Amino acid sequence: MKRFSWFNATSLTLGFAFLYVPMIILVVYSFNASKLVTVWAGFSTQWYGELIRNEEFLNAAWVTIKVAVMSSTIATVLGTMAAYVLVRAGRFNGRTLFSGMIYAPLVMPEVITGLSLLLLFIGIGLDRGVLTIVLAHTTFSMCYVSVVVSSRLVSFDKSLEEAALDLGCSPFEAFRLVTLPIIAPAVISGWLLAFTLSLDDLVIASFTTGPSATTLPIKIFSAVRLGVSPEINALSTIMIAIVTVGVITASLITKQAAVRQARDERMAERPA
Amino acid sequence: MSQTVFAPWEDPNEKPLIQFKNVTKRFGDFVAIDNLTQDIFAKEFFALLGPSGCGKTTMMRMLAGFEAPTQGQIFIAGQDMAKIPPNKRAVNMMFQSYALFPHLSVWENIAFGLKREGKDKDAITARVEEMLRLTRLSKFAKRKPHQISGGQRQRVALARSLAKAPKLLLLDEPLGALDKKLRQDTQFELMDIQEKTGTTFVIVTHDQEEAMTVASRVAVMDEGQIIQVATPAQIYEAPNSVYVADFIGDVNIISGRAKPNGEKVATQWAEGQPDIIGTTATKFDAGQEIHFAIRPEKVAISTEEPQDAANKVQGKVLDIAYLGNISTYHVELPTGHVIKAQTANTRRLSRRQITWEDPVWISWTDTAGVLLER
Repeated sequence: MKRFSWFNATSLTLGFAFLYVPMIILVVYSFNASKLVTVWAGFSTQWYGELIRNEEFLNAAWVTIKVAVMSSTIATVLGTMAAYVLVRAGRFNGRTLFSGMIYAPLVMPEVITGLSLLLLFIGIGLDRGVLTIVLAHTTFSMCYVSVVVSSRLVSFDKSLEEAALDLGCSPFEAFRLVTLPIIAPAVISGWLLAFTLSLDDLVIASFTTGPSATTLPIKIFSAVRLGVSPEINALSTIMIAIVTVGVITASLITKQAAVRQARDERMAERPA
Repeated sequence: MSQTVFAPWEDPNEKPLIQFKNVTKRFGDFVAIDNLTQDIFAKEFFALLGPSGCGKTTMMRMLAGFEAPTQGQIFIAGQDMAKIPPNKRAVNMMFQSYALFPHLSVWENIAFGLKREGKDKDAITARVEEMLRLTRLSKFAKRKPHQISGGQRQRVALARSLAKAPKLLLLDEPLGALDKKLRQDTQFELMDIQEKTGTTFVIVTHDQEEAMTVASRVAVMDEGQIIQVATPAQIYEAPNSVYVADFIGDVNIISGRAKPNGEKVATQWAEGQPDIIGTTATKFDAGQEIHFAIRPEKVAISTEEPQDAANKVQGKVLDIAYLGNISTYHVELPTGHVIKAQTANTRRLSRRQITWEDPVWISWTDTAGVLLER
């Protein structure tokens, strides 16, 4: 059934234009031959070439990736543990308080998170650099991981773990051999989410960074203040690509598992 | 072929495999198990039967080690199980949901427990193949649990729980998810496997037919207590209470006052009606309130007045339930009591002579029913 009307078409176009025109302009101008950002002078990939030769940007990119990998990995471990405890521990006194406290950073303004972390790091005399950004990113992305993982754990059949215990597993083995492989898609998408969050964070990173560690968003932000160059467009395009791939992969992993399940179940219906 | 009857519970020298000693289990204010003491013997097929919430699943979970008793002790093979975690018990469980590991193949599911024991590869392979043969699953070894049918999944669950050759196998509503035909086949399969492996089975079920079919003894439970433990035949023929009589199969209950008369007891149950004459081993006081219970198939129905019946009463047919092989007649007595009488349909339907509103006689012998105190 096709329901085409000019009203639908217009609202759809406007909606998507609102979302994507700015990014499309950015991507298009990253292939501009001219040095002037607003004047089109033919197709060229020269800015990508210059980007590769620009050490400052490359350094910043390397720092960003290091921070993202480390913080998302730590956040995934901690977030999964938190989710597991909150879902499994059942009712204990203060359960609501605990789960509320895990989810609160989701809605906490980044400026406040950044500032309070800065005060903490100064207070304990920790030199600001890669380590402090990793800690800060872990702090805020951990709750995203625990949200993703706990929503999977809620629908997880507890008798699977009991079966593992019953067959001779210690509680840790039961988690490693049964629970973790089954919730792996959720853990992986949690990791990818944390990774992308860390990749494009500007506010918290600028609060907690030091002179030795400049992440890409900070670098771009400071470069833009001196004027937008096509190089930045190229860099941003690459970042858009990475984030897009990350998000699509995360959703594909979840979706594929569901599709495979459905196909296998159809197969089970057929007599062998 | 002569065979000694399997009844270790009657042998005072036999040591029980499982002992519940004054076990109480509370969840908050709710008492799931109420001061329960029970022995279960090796090689028994023991059924825990009762409505949901009667504590039967809690008993099983305490045996598996997933719940600890609030008070009292549980012994398995003479060992107090209080401090023993589930993974250290020679007990395996077949879960109601089967709880098959979805990320592992049928083969790996069955091998799971054996691998945890740290057996060598050849021993594991041999044992898994043996279990696959026993449960007729060899063709499906490489499939994942969601790639096989419900009946096959149920057999994988059974094979997995039997693979470690446990002393005790717990089955939690194992056949609940199967349709009736498959369930009946599987019941016989279970008995067969139990006999072949010599494992002690404890099964939890709310299906009385299932318990009667598979079990060597049935424990009927209600509100955290075992009301009666006996063989299926005893439970059916000689229930110890109205609850048990009513829970197992169909029954007519007539309440009245006892009038002991030598070997027999007469029950006064209605003005102007002859007393019901029954036999019993229990002593009743004159005037004591008693309940006469009789199974519908032990009540005869006829259009003519029966001559030498110990008990007979006239009524009219209120309803007929035709079930194919048998028919149940609901007969209303002048007192308002409705008595169910069952006859086997050995003749074709067209030859049946009793129909709705017909005046009929129902009768039974003096040994057909049981007299119950409560």
